[in-house]
Amino acid sequence: MSVLVDRDTRVVVQGITGHQGTVHARQMREFGTQVVAGVTPGKAGTDVEGVPVFDSVRDAVEKTGANASCIFVPAPFAKDALLEAVDAGLTLATVVTEHIPFHDMLVMYHYARSKGSRIIGPNCPGIASPGKAKVGIIPNVVFRPGRVGVISRSGTLTYEIVNGIKEHGLGQSTCIGLGGDPVVGTSFVDALPLFESDPETDLIVLVGEIGGTGEEDAAEYIRHHVHKPVVAYIAGRSAPPGKRMGHAGAIITRGRGTAESKLAALERAGAHVARFPYEIPDMVAEIARAPGRR
Amino acid sequence: MVKLAEWRGKEVFRKYGVPLPRGHVARTPSEAEAVVRSGSVPLPCVVKAQVLAGGRGKGGAVRFANTAEEARAAAEAILALEFKGERVKEVLLEEKLPIGKELYVAITLDRARRLPVLITSAQGGVEIESVDDAAIERQPVHPFPGLTAYERRRAARSLGLSGGPAKALDGLLLALWKAFQQEDTELVEVNPLAVVGDGLVALDAKVIIEDDAAFRHPEYAEIRDDRTPLEEIAREKEIAFVQLDGNIGVIANGAGLTMATLDVLKEFGGNPGVFLDLGGTDDPKKVTEAFLLMAQAKPAAVFLNIFGGVTRCDTVARGLVEAMRQVPESERFPLVARIRGNNEAEGIEILRSAGVTSVPDLKSSAQAAVAAARGSA
Repeated sequence: MSVLVDRDTRVVVQGITGHQGTVHARQMREFGTQVVAGVTPGKAGTDVEGVPVFDSVRDAVEKTGANASCIFVPAPFAKDALLEAVDAGLTLATVVTEHIPFHDMLVMYHYARSKGSRIIGPNCPGIASPGKAKVGIIPNVVFRPGRVGVISRSGTLTYEIVNGIKEHGLGQSTCIGLGGDPVVGTSFVDALPLFESDPETDLIVLVGEIGGTGEEDAAEYIRHHVHKPVVAYIAGRSAPPGKRMGHAGAIITRGRGTAESKLAALERAGAHVARFPYEIPDMVAEIARAPGRR
Repeated sequence: MVKLAEWRGKEVFRKYGVPLPRGHVARTPSEAEAVVRSGSVPLPCVVKAQVLAGGRGKGGAVRFANTAEEARAAAEAILALEFKGERVKEVLLEEKLPIGKELYVAITLDRARRLPVLITSAQGGVEIESVDDAAIERQPVHPFPGLTAYERRRAARSLGLSGGPAKALDGLLLALWKAFQQEDTELVEVNPLAVVGDGLVALDAKVIIEDDAAFRHPEYAEIRDDRTPLEEIAREKEIAFVQLDGNIGVIANGAGLTMATLDVLKEFGGNPGVFLDLGGTDDPKKVTEAFLLMAQAKPAAVFLNIFGGVTRCDTVARGLVEAMRQVPESERFPLVARIRGNNEAEGIEILRSAGVTSVPDLKSSAQAAVAAARGSA
């Protein structure tokens, strides 16, 4: 059993007839994923490289037994696409689409949660478990089956780090790219317990960024609930300070959200903190040689 | 993110029925005098610089006037100001009201809870960051029922309001909640919210509109944050481009990788001047445009750090080679490239044929970029 996806994952691609949808449906299949259906309203009866296209997610589920969705629908229509996936009973949806208004995402997140569905993203690379399935867009070439779990807020930086782990002769159990938007369906704190309880994961790499307090919350969770070793990296130590949310935002976070605050919290939680991305694979390799210590 | 000037924020408030002082915006001293003479702004009045920075009261950017002539003089003085680096182009003239208590009310997003949050404090009229935590009330608001009547009553109690002002708060909070959702804002803030007689009046307005909802709010397209001319061109081409004060240009893809690249450059003594995030693209033309934009910023050296996913290495290499062909000899700069990931071998080959070597590891490529910038400076 891996984290969230496995060999029984059957993916429907919403927006499969668009350029990105077509390209990534193909790459998911090349990864070994069962891509069983596509959905584009008005295109029922056609196919995309052999994958049957339906008008609605419900039709796709009835005809193909799809149980997870990968959404490439443009931002103005992404909320509707996700609500449709949830109502069709899908329990997992990766939303790759970027620039979804956070007000839409608030509705998407709380609706999905009320129906027992999980969203990964939006604006994210998705999830992949080498040798099993991928629901998202992380390049296939960076993976190799192994026992390192990766949870990240970044896109390309994740690929870089996952690739580095592979080049050190190690591999990954599951990798989740959470997405960098203000409201995400799955946070670090949501993802950590899945990796902590996953028998195929020996250690966890956490890749964070400045902004928000997801990493501080993750540190708090790690301190109390995570027994597997954690290697953490925070991007953006040298970035100029941004005042994204203005004054009211500042009083919610109260000094948290900076790289210093995140790094200190993770260190206190007992995580191995990497200062640069290229240090991560070395640290992972070192821990992998002496398992169970941190 | 679009921060609205006070008067624009108040236009939004007016649309939803938030009570406001009678007022008018003016762009010249004579316009200021005219709006007072016409009676659209009653005397005595307050004249306020329409700038985005806070602390206007202490900085001479807020003045009072008892006559139309004084209003003119106040406007003249304020319009000549440069307030915290921002030239004042507009003033807002408003009636001066007999103010009782000053309160604070805002609605924004609590990212960690993934819920909107209503923030209230009885200590309004000062910067909210300076208010003691214990004097600030935070009420999460679920998007489905929205801001409920009992939550609004609770807010009134926590602000110590009863009777007329409590009733006024109920309507005001509902109006703010609607504005927060329907205008796709990141923040609606009233500070101070003044008790005036038996009611409430929003004396100031801070409204921040979210960028991602621009597709359903064409009305905000004209209003933009301050950007340099190059940043403006970048925005039109959908390239994330930020100018800092250093001399190394950084081209990367993805926010996380871009930030990590800056971190590494700084570590080795480099000083990033411009960073440009290509995002996800498989169009070589966009890469060429991005690179030409970078050339206009006249960096001492450029560090290209790409990890190919959606953006393929060969696409980036092709776009880059085309851009180098277009940049005149005299304006060329040293280039250090590192391209990894999707179609890496092809990309490296294309670069090699144009005389650019890709350095595979991040550490040595960053060091090379820092050295190149020093050499050409």
